[in-house]
Amino acid sequence: MNAFAIAFVEFVVRLAGWLVLAPLLPGIINKVKAWVGGRRGPPVLQLYYDLARLWQKGVVLSTLVSPGFVAGPAVAWVAVLGAALLLPLGPIGASLSFHGDVLLLIYLLALARFCMAWAAMETGSAFEGMGAAREVSYAVLAEAALITAVLALSVHSGSVTLVTMLTPAAGAGAVLLAAGLFTVLLAENCRVPFDDPSTHLELTMIHEVMILDHSGPPLAAILHGASMKLLLFAVLLVEAVLPLGGLSRLAAAGALAAGVLVVTVGVGLVESLMARLAFRRVPLLLTTAFLLCLFALLVAWKGGDA
Amino acid sequence: MSSATSFALLANATSLPWADLPEWPVADFVRATAAELDRGARLCAWFGVPEGAGTRLVAIVAFDSDNTLAAARSTPFSGSYPALTATHSQAHLFEREVWEQHALTPIGHHWLKPVRRTDADGTAPANGEFFRVDGREIHEVAVGPVHAGIIEPGHFRFQCAGEEVLHLEIALGYQHRGAETALAGGPHRATLSQIETVAGDTTIGHATAYAGVLEALAGVEAPLRAQWLRAIALELERLANHTGDLGALANDVAFIPTSAACGKIRGDFLNLTALLCGNRFGRGLVRPGGCHHDLDAERTARLLERLRTAVADTEQAVGWLWDAATVRGRFENVGTVFPQQATELGLVGLAARACGLVRDVRYDHPAGWYRLAQAPVAVWPGGDVYARARVRWLELQRSGQFLLEQLATPPDGPIAEPVAAPAPDTLAVALVEGWRGEICHVALTDSAGKFRRYKITDPSFHNWTGLALALRGQAISDFPICNKSFNLSYCGFDL
Repeated sequence: MNAFAIAFVEFVVRLAGWLVLAPLLPGIINKVKAWVGGRRGPPVLQLYYDLARLWQKGVVLSTLVSPGFVAGPAVAWVAVLGAALLLPLGPIGASLSFHGDVLLLIYLLALARFCMAWAAMETGSAFEGMGAAREVSYAVLAEAALITAVLALSVHSGSVTLVTMLTPAAGAGAVLLAAGLFTVLLAENCRVPFDDPSTHLELTMIHEVMILDHSGPPLAAILHGASMKLLLFAVLLVEAVLPLGGLSRLAAAGALAAGVLVVTVGVGLVESLMARLAFRRVPLLLTTAFLLCLFALLVAWKGGDA
Repeated sequence: MSSATSFALLANATSLPWADLPEWPVADFVRATAAELDRGARLCAWFGVPEGAGTRLVAIVAFDSDNTLAAARSTPFSGSYPALTATHSQAHLFEREVWEQHALTPIGHHWLKPVRRTDADGTAPANGEFFRVDGREIHEVAVGPVHAGIIEPGHFRFQCAGEEVLHLEIALGYQHRGAETALAGGPHRATLSQIETVAGDTTIGHATAYAGVLEALAGVEAPLRAQWLRAIALELERLANHTGDLGALANDVAFIPTSAACGKIRGDFLNLTALLCGNRFGRGLVRPGGCHHDLDAERTARLLERLRTAVADTEQAVGWLWDAATVRGRFENVGTVFPQQATELGLVGLAARACGLVRDVRYDHPAGWYRLAQAPVAVWPGGDVYARARVRWLELQRSGQFLLEQLATPPDGPIAEPVAAPAPDTLAVALVEGWRGEICHVALTDSAGKFRRYKITDPSFHNWTGLALALRGQAISDFPICNKSFNLSYCGFDL
């Protein structure tokens, strides 16, 4: 009974952690961008204010849409949260862990993407159709890179369970893996150089244009889900590279937080110092990410004994 | 070339008695204009002047290499006439405009539809039918007139195959205020203010052209010091807008350093104009006969000092733009207009110079202070977004240098002289190289010396079609940077 209560409390704390901490990341990125641009920038907590504001607003629905317009973002939000809960957090492990859970993680992310594209197509707008088409075309390449990265971790640790896969250090291929996963993180979260989250130009958007017609709580769910996805990828990247499993709980928590912060500031710096790519060049960069992960896989496979 | 012309010759910012313009029946007039264009002239303005029951057509052409303008007119007629557009594309918008304003139908015009007339409800421009590409793979994307950013209204209709744009058609007129109608019967008390708001970002350019027209009609010239002040203000306007545009281009490719810095420096340049005349956009500085504000020695010194800082800041901020390989990758070979297209469409200003055409009113048809001092013409080959950005940068440097030199040696004297009433039955033409390109003002007075017709041609009127062509075969996601690289005026077009 006591053990169950502890497990329950731990689960609630973990859930609250994901929900509450995620919106910090976009705030930090925007601060970094503002700092490089010589501006003061919006407060770090801006996304929290936005979410609170959106939550209190009504929803404007087109007469053309099916319930999928609202269900899509809701399912996507739940799927991302589910994927986040599958991730082990260093020595604490995951809320839910079973043999092959890494496959579920990948499929949950794919489900979230499917639902977002579905909701985007609901209004029949040319803009959102274009955004959805771009999102899924680039996802094909980004997913290939992500799956290869997972394969590399799997071969390295000899496991398909996230807890065991992420416990040891990535080994010799760590740098390759980090570079590949960071690129995937940028692509999956629609950051520069793949997309520009702060642009107002509909014709150049990917993620932003898919949600143009959403408002109120569904939009809040989308924005919150996007920030959770960013945190998820940041945690995955840090854990894939750093051997957190061997540390004490406190040290692991500190290392994880520091790692996520470094990744977030890195995203902000990339966003500040690079122009975004032309769409026709995006596949090239994603293929590069795939190749980086592929070499990490080769290193894990053939170079493990050396 | 111009020596063989059958048109009446006149220089920039001068006038000609209306009766001295050669006139032909309209078919001969169109043929004569076509012959001048074939001979290397460029169409600056083409408009109708109602007379009796009919309408006369008037053509103003420019022989750039001979530094002269030429004008001619048709006899009054109504109904239809053989289109000049059939052989010379640069007339296509002018003929649509004449068709819309005077119901003269150009026979053989390929795409006759309204330019800025409102529809039957009077609520929106009568856009007419858009060109459509058929096919199962083709989709149509409509952008505007309400945009996501704070920009002017305009409607863009893309025919796309996937991400590739096959055709772009631009429909404007959402800001049509009836400027030319309001100016007729003038000059009124409000005329100068109306001119200054034809395109708010080109206040100095349009006001200088208007002043040039009125001075030509009165047969006077503004004092030297006033011409000097106008040149200073015009170049400051160019600096501010080019800096803002380079920042906006950087912003559109998500390159923050230049975008943030240029936004700030644009404000610095605007503040220099404010130091000159109290208004950041130069409102109330230029007026017929001279200028309304003088620059004393103390403010000249301050202006020089702040100008030096701002120019140095620009140099640094724009340097980041050229140094970033990712930016070059976005700008190069995107939105290309070929020199031949630019010539046929009659592009003007920096859009033409970015195609390698040496076309600059300050050099080809100097008036005012530019007869005494000039900045080298900035030309860059290529015709792409990169070339247009590069021409802006060259002009920033050269205008900056020009200003530093001119501010160091101010001429003395009064800043304004009284202007006599406009001569009756006279045609005056003034061209000014605004920051976008050639601004053309043509005024025709009636027997009482009032404006019988006042024709404004903003550079945007020539250049919007260039943007539409630049998009052919491009990715639709590159439209924003192509658009920003031209940065044309909506209200200057809509009048």
